Amino acid sequence: MSEIKERGYSNPDVLVTTEWVANHLNDKSIRIVESNEDQLLYSTGHIPGAVHVDWTKDLNDQIRRDYLDKKGFESLMSRIGATTGTTVVFYGDKNNWWACYAYWVFQLFGHKNAKIMDGGRIKWEKEGRELTRDVPIFTKTAYTSPERNDTKVRAFRDQVLEHVKKRLPLVDVRSPQEYSGERLHMPEYPNEGALRGGHIPGAKNIPWAKAVNPEDGTFKPASELKKLYQEENDLRPGDNIIAYCRIGERSSHTWFVLTNLLGYKNVRNYDGSWTEWGNLVGAPIEK
Amino acid sequence: MNKIPPKLKELLDLFSLLSTEQERIDFLISYSDKFKENLESVAQLTEENNVPFCESGVYVWAKQQPDKTLKFYFAVQNPQGISAKALTAILDQTISGEKPEVIVNIPDDLVYKIFGQSLSMGKNMGLSGIVQMVKRKAKGYLKVQV
Repeated sequence: MSEIKERGYSNPDVLVTTEWVANHLNDKSIRIVESNEDQLLYSTGHIPGAVHVDWTKDLNDQIRRDYLDKKGFESLMSRIGATTGTTVVFYGDKNNWWACYAYWVFQLFGHKNAKIMDGGRIKWEKEGRELTRDVPIFTKTAYTSPERNDTKVRAFRDQVLEHVKKRLPLVDVRSPQEYSGERLHMPEYPNEGALRGGHIPGAKNIPWAKAVNPEDGTFKPASELKKLYQEENDLRPGDNIIAYCRIGERSSHTWFVLTNLLGYKNVRNYDGSWTEWGNLVGAPIEK
Repeated sequence: MNKIPPKLKELLDLFSLLSTEQERIDFLISYSDKFKENLESVAQLTEENNVPFCESGVYVWAKQQPDKTLKFYFAVQNPQGISAKALTAILDQTISGEKPEVIVNIPDDLVYKIFGQSLSMGKNMGLSGIVQMVKRKAKGYLKVQV
């Protein structure tokens, strides 16, 4: 894959290569964070010095369906030994799906010094780079966070309803089978946490993984991303866009691509997503 | 009350003795290390054998042996699907070689019993899909016997 700066992204500095990470393993201003779909993966071996941030335990409120609050975020950052000046580099499995989710949650607290390791864990492994089972322990820091600010990058149910009424663009990043509602009705299998299948009216189906090269997990160059989002699906950089999936994790990947790689200014992630919409009494659904 | 397959019951008893989350993780990883992909036939990687909802690309198929027991085969396409590898290794070790009428008694909450209550909904769906696929294959052989 070409150098990141040659790929035409609006904000190329938000990505770093595996080589860059390998050269910064002992850089005290950097904190490497692994976030995975598979909660066992970190313990099987991880980048030396990387800390584990588990989305279920570390990023979510443990009682309500919501993200952690200011106090919780400060406690998390203290545990991983980060200050407001620390550059946090996220990586993980599934083509950085959960890494982008963690990145997005960090933006709710305005931690701008954040990057994604392009290609994620799979690229690091394929290159034969070092993995360790040693869990690093960092001196706790005193991190002062602002209150969580949901307004810029997060969308809520009522806002989505208004969005639908105004016929503004929505992106459903789930698989075509989830989008059509077909997958919810397979016999003898657990449902997807929703009583109804289908999609939010007007939403375009652009599966999140179309933004990455399947062979090494790197992001596709801007030219290909523009073709996908702009030419084929008519989503423009100035549009007011809401992305969603099942619980908002895959759509945070698409949010990252549109916002950071293509420079869209007004994209929000609806983390209630289908597990909320598909259970919502009276919510409009299209199949 | 249906009886849990005996080797599986033994394993669940072992899991119940684990006192910390890290012990559980280490135990599960030791199983994932035992996972051996059994690609006896690539032709078995069919849609019918593919586990829905599982993000690790898991395939399950079974062959009945002369003594009517079932030998299960598993493929996990995602090399980073550690939980899927752990679960399939456990299933291979505890229910492969049992008769269908025993296998159908795998408890429906097996995934929670093994992985704990903190499992995310999506992960639970994927792993439960593997268990359901195993039970469905066993039920298929039971119908044939009838």
